[in-house]
Amino acid sequence: MLKDQDRIFQNLYNDKGSDVAASQSRGDWIKTKEITEKGRDWIINEIKESQLRGRGGAGFPTGLKWSFAPKEVGSRPHYLVINGDESEPGTCKDRDILRFEPHKLIEGCLIASYAVQAHVCYIYIRGEYFVDGQKLQAAIDEAYEKKLLGKNAAGTGWDLDIYIHYGAGAYICGEETALLESLEGKKGQPRLKPPFPALIGLYGCPTIINNVETIAVVPTILRRGAKWFASLGREKNTGTKIFCISGNVNNPCNVEEEMSIPLKELIEVHAGGVIGGWDNLQAVIPGGSSMPLIPKDRCETLKMDFDACVEEKSGLGTAGIVVINKDQDIIKCMARIARFYKHESCGQCTPCREGSGWMWRMLERMAKGDATKDEVDMLGDVTTQIAGHTICAFGEGSSWPVQGLLRHFKKEIQERNNLDPIVQKKNNIPYLVDQHLLDKKNA
Amino acid sequence: MSLRKPAKDQPESFEFNASSLEAANNIVAKYPEGKQQSAVMALLYIAQRQNNNWIPLAAMKYIAKFLDMPYIKVYEVATFYTMYNLSPVGKYFVQVCTTTPCMIRGANKLVEACKEKISENECELSSDKSCSWMEVECLGACVTAPMMQINDDYFEDLDKEKMSEILDKILNGETPKPGSYRGRVNNEPENNRKTLTDLKNA
Repeated sequence: MLKDQDRIFQNLYNDKGSDVAASQSRGDWIKTKEITEKGRDWIINEIKESQLRGRGGAGFPTGLKWSFAPKEVGSRPHYLVINGDESEPGTCKDRDILRFEPHKLIEGCLIASYAVQAHVCYIYIRGEYFVDGQKLQAAIDEAYEKKLLGKNAAGTGWDLDIYIHYGAGAYICGEETALLESLEGKKGQPRLKPPFPALIGLYGCPTIINNVETIAVVPTILRRGAKWFASLGREKNTGTKIFCISGNVNNPCNVEEEMSIPLKELIEVHAGGVIGGWDNLQAVIPGGSSMPLIPKDRCETLKMDFDACVEEKSGLGTAGIVVINKDQDIIKCMARIARFYKHESCGQCTPCREGSGWMWRMLERMAKGDATKDEVDMLGDVTTQIAGHTICAFGEGSSWPVQGLLRHFKKEIQERNNLDPIVQKKNNIPYLVDQHLLDKKNA
Repeated sequence: MSLRKPAKDQPESFEFNASSLEAANNIVAKYPEGKQQSAVMALLYIAQRQNNNWIPLAAMKYIAKFLDMPYIKVYEVATFYTMYNLSPVGKYFVQVCTTTPCMIRGANKLVEACKEKISENECELSSDKSCSWMEVECLGACVTAPMMQINDDYFEDLDKEKMSEILDKILNGETPKPGSYRGRVNNEPENNRKTLTDLKNA
């Protein structure tokens, strides 16, 4: 287990309060000026050496992302945007940072803004976290009062203003270009890439977008050194990570642990074990709902980091671990996730808009045992028609969980759905139905 | 995609009151000059707060003029995002999360409680018109599932019994306390904390 002194988020459970004085006692806002005095190149290099990878799901190296920002500020100002849209089912880590460690985030914003030469930073928070956003706003106000923000922020000579922008319940706004659209006051539909936001982003200006957790760990890395951070975890999967363990465990919780910790240790030690014992485990979703599930036998040895999860044809994503035990109907669970994606598709690309509803309807019928034999393969075919054929990664995100189900639980689906449409013609199965006819509930 | 329709009965006109106007001007100032369209989301929230938790079409037209942007662009935003209520909801607006992490912890029981206490159907006012409920997608409090949101506040670690108690309270006009209903502190592992132990109760 990670030693307590190596935990970055000392106030994860709000034992000590989150104001400036309490944060300073934990080491925040100390030597911020000295860090910036070492220069932009030093900061970016140090982050590169720490091998910090983005905590928002894709795991893109943060130092590399920062280095994409233009070296000289031209006629267009640079922006830093923090992604706190956190809507991935199974994930609730950013909320605790906003509530209990706001000064880690604010200080991180200052350092990152300095590194990418931004004078304005927008923090995009999902609208549901209104109360938590108010707490962050209070922390920002206090930081202005103590001269940690505004003109010559924290004595660094850098001017920075931070503004909060609330979303309004759209999952897709967690996608970085959709988030920019939303910030510009439009509906959140992703943009085509390239151009990448680092060159043409918010208001057409160079914009760096990072997750809340990524930015919040930056000050600690720079204070304690890239070597310290890189010594945790393993090569290319370094540092610590907040894991959210939810679902059928005895003590669901958020916990900060070292990267590459075995999944079994996380569940058994921190989350108090699976309800009904380890043998009652059915499957685990390792990184939020869009990552394919992993069945029990693979969970025994799985290490929780980016590369190990990819080897299991899944992904670490946001590290929102959803534990599903054998008391649950796995097809129903996945059908509910499919319904989530059907609800959250932005409607811009046809394969996703129509396909997400198609997958949901098929899975609902499969959960009831109303589908035909050939539909099981057809479902797999639908997922491949969506993934890779959309502007943003939502297409993959919605079809991967279904592909994971088909990969590991095909037998269960086939056993439950053995109708043969040719022999049993009386089964009138609606293959193609306008989705709104079946979905009157949300009308 | 979710299908959303504006209410049939719409008020004739809408205008920001003094406090809304001040809040709106403060928000427009957050964005660069000429980019005031960015404020549309926040302004829709302000309109929603002022107008008993829903946004009439007149408010969209007002905001369009206020921000000097086409009405259809405001309409587009208001109908795209699900947190803007386009028809009247109760003074207490109950949103129950039923996405998978909550579902496997028994969110359907919370829905049952809503049906018993508030109304048989979603988005329908209770008999005293004070309350309405709906199922929503993930609210981002998965480790304290099952949970629900009433207006701005989260109520976590619920079961059917506690849910019924909370609903009884709001139907009586009382304000229940938000947070965990199993008495746990934030998102810590209940009675099983192995980390940051020297800080506990410090």
